[in-house]
Amino acid sequence: MKKTLLVFGLVALAASVAFVGCAREEPAETAEVSAAAEPVEFFIANGAEPETIDPHLASGVPEHYILMGLMEGLVTPHPETANATPGVAESWEISDDGTVYTFTLRDDAVWSDGVPITAQQFVDSWIRILDPETAAPYAWFPTMFIKGGAEFNAGEADAGAVAVRALDDKTFQFETVGPLPYVLGALSHYSFAVVPTHAIEEYDDEWTLPENFVGNGPFVLEEWKPQEQLTMVPNDTYWNKDKVQLDRVVFYPVDDNTTMYNMFLNGEVDWATDVPQGQIDAAKLRDDFQVAPWLGTYYYVMNNERPPLDDARVRKALSLAIDREMLVNTVSRAGEQPAWSMVPQMDGYPAIDGLGEDVAEAQALLAEAGFPGGAGFPELTLLYNTNESHKAIGEFIQQQWLDNLGINITLENQEWGTYLASRRAGEFDVARAGWIGDYQDPNTFLDMFVTDGAMNGGRYSNAQYDALIEEAATMPAGPARMAKMADAERIFIEEDQGVMPIYYYVNKDMINLDAWAGWYKNVMGWHPVGDVAAN
Amino acid sequence: MGRSSLERPFLCIDCAPNVALDGSCLPHSNCPLDGNCLLRHRGAFIIAGMTQYVIRRFLGLFPTLWVIITLSFFIIRIAPGGPFSREKELPQQVLENIEAKYHLDEPLIVQYGRYLFDVVRGDLGPSFRYLDRNVNFYIFSSLPVSMFLGVISLSIALIFGVGFGVLSAIRQNSIVDYASMSVAVIGISVPLFVIGPVLMYFLSLRWGLLPTSGWITGRNGWVTLIMPAITLAFPYFAYIARLMRASVIEVLHSDYIRTARAKGLHELVVIFKHVLKGALLPVVSYLGPAFAGIVTGSVVVEQIFRVPGLGKFFVQSAFNRDYTLIMGTVIVYSIILIIMNFVVDIIYSFLDPRISYK
Repeated sequence: MKKTLLVFGLVALAASVAFVGCAREEPAETAEVSAAAEPVEFFIANGAEPETIDPHLASGVPEHYILMGLMEGLVTPHPETANATPGVAESWEISDDGTVYTFTLRDDAVWSDGVPITAQQFVDSWIRILDPETAAPYAWFPTMFIKGGAEFNAGEADAGAVAVRALDDKTFQFETVGPLPYVLGALSHYSFAVVPTHAIEEYDDEWTLPENFVGNGPFVLEEWKPQEQLTMVPNDTYWNKDKVQLDRVVFYPVDDNTTMYNMFLNGEVDWATDVPQGQIDAAKLRDDFQVAPWLGTYYYVMNNERPPLDDARVRKALSLAIDREMLVNTVSRAGEQPAWSMVPQMDGYPAIDGLGEDVAEAQALLAEAGFPGGAGFPELTLLYNTNESHKAIGEFIQQQWLDNLGINITLENQEWGTYLASRRAGEFDVARAGWIGDYQDPNTFLDMFVTDGAMNGGRYSNAQYDALIEEAATMPAGPARMAKMADAERIFIEEDQGVMPIYYYVNKDMINLDAWAGWYKNVMGWHPVGDVAAN
Repeated sequence: MGRSSLERPFLCIDCAPNVALDGSCLPHSNCPLDGNCLLRHRGAFIIAGMTQYVIRRFLGLFPTLWVIITLSFFIIRIAPGGPFSREKELPQQVLENIEAKYHLDEPLIVQYGRYLFDVVRGDLGPSFRYLDRNVNFYIFSSLPVSMFLGVISLSIALIFGVGFGVLSAIRQNSIVDYASMSVAVIGISVPLFVIGPVLMYFLSLRWGLLPTSGWITGRNGWVTLIMPAITLAFPYFAYIARLMRASVIEVLHSDYIRTARAKGLHELVVIFKHVLKGALLPVVSYLGPAFAGIVTGSVVVEQIFRVPGLGKFFVQSAFNRDYTLIMGTVIVYSIILIIMNFVVDIIYSFLDPRISYK
């Protein structure tokens, strides 16, 4: 018996020694490397595995952070404001009517393989993203701006109809559908990127593999091991290479928010691009927790076609009865701002007030609609995608409606794909939704709610609203256009309560700004890695 | 089949009841070899039977796979949503362009035919979510990772599970028994997504012994294997330990063990030579499904510890409605399951002479 014990003890011991042996070895090696290392490396916990690094096929935030390092468009976002600053284009002119943009490309703009970037490549690139055969998810974005783009993308016209042209090797020109005020800012988005058409011709679909990749950003792709890491090193041919301070940037795909947070706490990454909801209270006590307003709104869509939600009084009553202050302070807790309007705070836009919180008014409206004290009100369902935070918010609002209006609702969670399908098909009473603006203009929050808009799952429809949005779309930039937009939003929110805004999103990041310079909070949540430097 | 394995005593089920005490075969009416089933003939008989059996099982793989592919293909398409549903919904025109590119606009039966044709040629298609590489690439780069982690975890589970199982059984109701069975209960009842972060909290954040996550090919090297392997092994260790304990206790009470002891054999010999062999049977039959489960079920561990394995794709592709990647992982996992079951059946026949295949 004793010997049996001994044998098993030895086996277990041997196994654990083998493991501990491994454990001992490695840290020493790492320490050696860092002691000898001069180069400045910047490690990023970057959310989901990048789906692609082809700027014309990308559609997500993790891809965006990577592409800001690898690619540069006509303009490049300023790290502090996210406004457009000269990129491949050193200067530009806008025609007096605001519809023709002419860009002069800088002479020293070359690809990482040394090939000069030409105006013709911009033409070919923009045709590429608009081409229906490319099937770019973000093709809709340039179609909003470029004359002829929507027709080409829909297969109704050929590429010749797209108003983009190369006047000479270094002069690129395009026409917009109207005097849009937000064109320049939008141009730094990856859907307007120039792509190395010469490399794509050579490698076809495989041009984004590390061995073939050609870029024009501050960094070049060094390695991309799926689910493990993507690394980039400075691009020697970048026109503004003196700006680049980092010697290597490492993007880790991290699906699990808690792991991301732990990696940051353990010093394994310098920047964590999100903070788990469960750690918010702890994170808020730290200096390296960065929270900033984000250009986005968390809201509930109401099915405008289903009784009793087809009655604006009911929709208003539901919205008026929610204490959003309490919600952001006790449920979401990261510093979100309560929202009574769809459009977040934005420069030059006269924000509308919305209806605010007024329980007495809500009760009166509900009674007027035929449900005094909630009597006879059907039991509605609140739909959200399976997620603890959405659930907590749903439960809070469920309680508020019960307490303030005497109505009962049921919470229903669906798995992501199912939820999206239900929302798109309008198969819900009330559903959670969120929208992050694509550019700094109220239009990005409003034009999707026109009759039959893609994001308009609640089937909101008001001819007056549609007309105002259409008018504003062709007006020149300025206060008159902004006022028109505000008029539209007032109809949408204050008269019709087409949707129910809950709060404005915040961006939550972990990064020590004493150690790193060139990383700024901004409303777009854009942080070009080429501007980051060690302090 | 190695040569040594063929020399082991092997009997067909029909012949088994007719074995005389000295091991020779008695003539019997239903013997497939017309009553000539003598031990000296058996080598040839088993080779023929075994080869046939292996070929038959191998051929059986294809219809099984075809049924799995067909069922999965259509079931996936019934699920609401599609690979291109996003929070920011795509305008109808863009969606139509994408669907045309991937032939999703064709009738389902045409898509099915196209897919089957590609699969037969070994092409699992493009992923609908990870656009820069195809499904073959993702599977063949991540499957070895999951397999490796699975083998390590299962080895840990096996070594410690069998060890503590035997210890608990021979020292029944001792402190060792109570301690290891308590740990086993924890292992069975506490989910991996709790065990993982708890380990990470102590080993990385509190004591700073290990990096939080990563993989052996990354900058932290082999130490990154420790936490995922332990986490993944834990429930299997627990199950094996309990299985082993019960099984050893049963064997300990059997006649042949009493005989062995009566012969005056050393207790170590009794345990290692006689008890262990009989008691391992249930564990062996558990290993097949366990291995398949540990390889396919590692998604939680892979996410928490950033292991670049296939398990993550298995689950994530379903959420993403990444049709081709789902199909690819389903096919690969089916093959693993079928092969593992097959291997276990073979191993089983060596451990239990009453079972044979023909």
